[in-house]
Amino acid sequence: MSVILQAIHVQKYFGTFHALNDVSLSVSRGEVVSIIGPSGSGKSTLLRCISQLESIDGGVITVDGEIAGFRLRGDTFSPLSDSQIARQRQRVGMVFQRFNLFPHRSVLQNLLEGPIRVQKRAAEECRQEALALLARVGLAEKANAYPNELSGGQQQRVAIARALAMHPQILLFDEPTSALDPELVGEVLTVMKELAQSGMTMLVVTHEIGFCREVADRVVFMDAGAIIAAGTPDDMIVRPQNPRVANFISAVL
Amino acid sequence: MKNLEGVDFQKVKIARPMPYRQIIASIILFAALAFIIHAFWVGAIEWHYVSNYLFSPPILKGVRGTILMTVCAMILGILLGTIVAMMRMSTIPVLRSAAIGYIWLFRGIPALLQLLLWFNLALIFPTISFFGFFSVNTVNVMTPFVAALLGLGIQQGAYTAEVVRGGILSVDKGQMEAAQSIGMTKLRAMLTIVLPQAMRVIIPPIGNETIGMVKLTSLASVIQFSEILRTVGDVYYANSRVIELLIVAGIWYMVIVTVLSLGQSYIEKYFSKGWGRTSQSRKALPADPAGVVGAA
Repeated sequence: MSVILQAIHVQKYFGTFHALNDVSLSVSRGEVVSIIGPSGSGKSTLLRCISQLESIDGGVITVDGEIAGFRLRGDTFSPLSDSQIARQRQRVGMVFQRFNLFPHRSVLQNLLEGPIRVQKRAAEECRQEALALLARVGLAEKANAYPNELSGGQQQRVAIARALAMHPQILLFDEPTSALDPELVGEVLTVMKELAQSGMTMLVVTHEIGFCREVADRVVFMDAGAIIAAGTPDDMIVRPQNPRVANFISAVL
Repeated sequence: MKNLEGVDFQKVKIARPMPYRQIIASIILFAALAFIIHAFWVGAIEWHYVSNYLFSPPILKGVRGTILMTVCAMILGILLGTIVAMMRMSTIPVLRSAAIGYIWLFRGIPALLQLLLWFNLALIFPTISFFGFFSVNTVNVMTPFVAALLGLGIQQGAYTAEVVRGGILSVDKGQMEAAQSIGMTKLRAMLTIVLPQAMRVIIPPIGNETIGMVKLTSLASVIQFSEILRTVGDVYYANSRVIELLIVAGIWYMVIVTVLSLGQSYIEKYFSKGWGRTSQSRKALPADPAGVVGAA
């Protein structure tokens, strides 16, 4: 399998706080990797660095073989311009904890904003595709609703469809069910499962251990800004070897 | 609790005491109002002058001038204000400092003083030239209209910048991030996602400032711009009906401000799209205890 995402020795500081400490991770095409770990362990920061919402302070991140955010000139990285970074971001879809749908746009307009206005694809083709995506997440009849008329679970499914509309190479999920009421978590996980089965490359930060066990190809455990352990769901969740991982798993299960 | 025994609570009535204090207050208010109206009625005011001049051509010319200046100065102010607000929030230090300097300078100098400075610009720069490409006499360019527009618009921009900044800050940070995540540049995300949402917060104070601007244009009378106060003054210098004509001006200001207030509520409705209904949140959904769809 070809590698789609690679993080090599990534460092990130917030002031003096060492948010990411020498993080290396690679994700292959079609793979579903989930990141677990206690809060404040740098899981979300890693996703935000990959999607270039944060800039990194060391190491390198490549997406589809291209260095994210920098151009290599001799032996130095020179930062790319805002528009070049924006172009790179199109390949990396992001689903946020708090959905972040555009409240002043209808559901359909939320899906079309990127493909039509940013990628300049043909409007009618995008519209058909957006409607198909909405049907896929089970919200075909909500195309003309506004986000505040939807439940949290429905909003999150729209957010997933919005990310898919950009044809991303990889989809990042930043605790996609953490802001949901318990009875709405299932509908979002169902959509994510379907996506995983369809071959979408996914990197999922989550506290849904059940989802990791069932869907993930690989589970990565982070603590204090570093990757402590990684392996198959069986090795990480069912029979965790590492004592810290075992502690964490027994605490959340 | 024994005094509650034997009371039929289904028949008990709750007494509504007479609002004596409110009645007395309204009587006093009406009396005061009647006194003021009476005073103006018996005072030496020739009311027919008011009605004669209300729609006379010179006055209407002033009304047009006031409206035109309000619109132009506010457009300039909002344009400058939006740009300066974005500069003020930029990560580039030079832009930020320039914005802070602009706000500091033009918010600090009285508007009247700024009008006089622009109008008298010819005293220090007799000609305006652009690297020798063209050259014009400043007095020809700096007409009362241009001086008033620059003076009022630029100082308005300093105030509007802070209003717009407040509006931008009111929009959740996640909106900018979501917009960036679908490949928008910062500028584009700001213009198409953040600013339209900020409008909801920006419009009420801008409406307020527009109404303020209607009255601020009266300052332009000192630099011979034909707005209401100026044209009214021209008339009363000739016929000495000072109070009557000032009342005419007052009526027109009230009319313009009233129309603007109505317009504001329409604009507010437009920009509240997506907020109109209270969020039909999770709690509004049937809480189905059996539907605890297992968290996978």
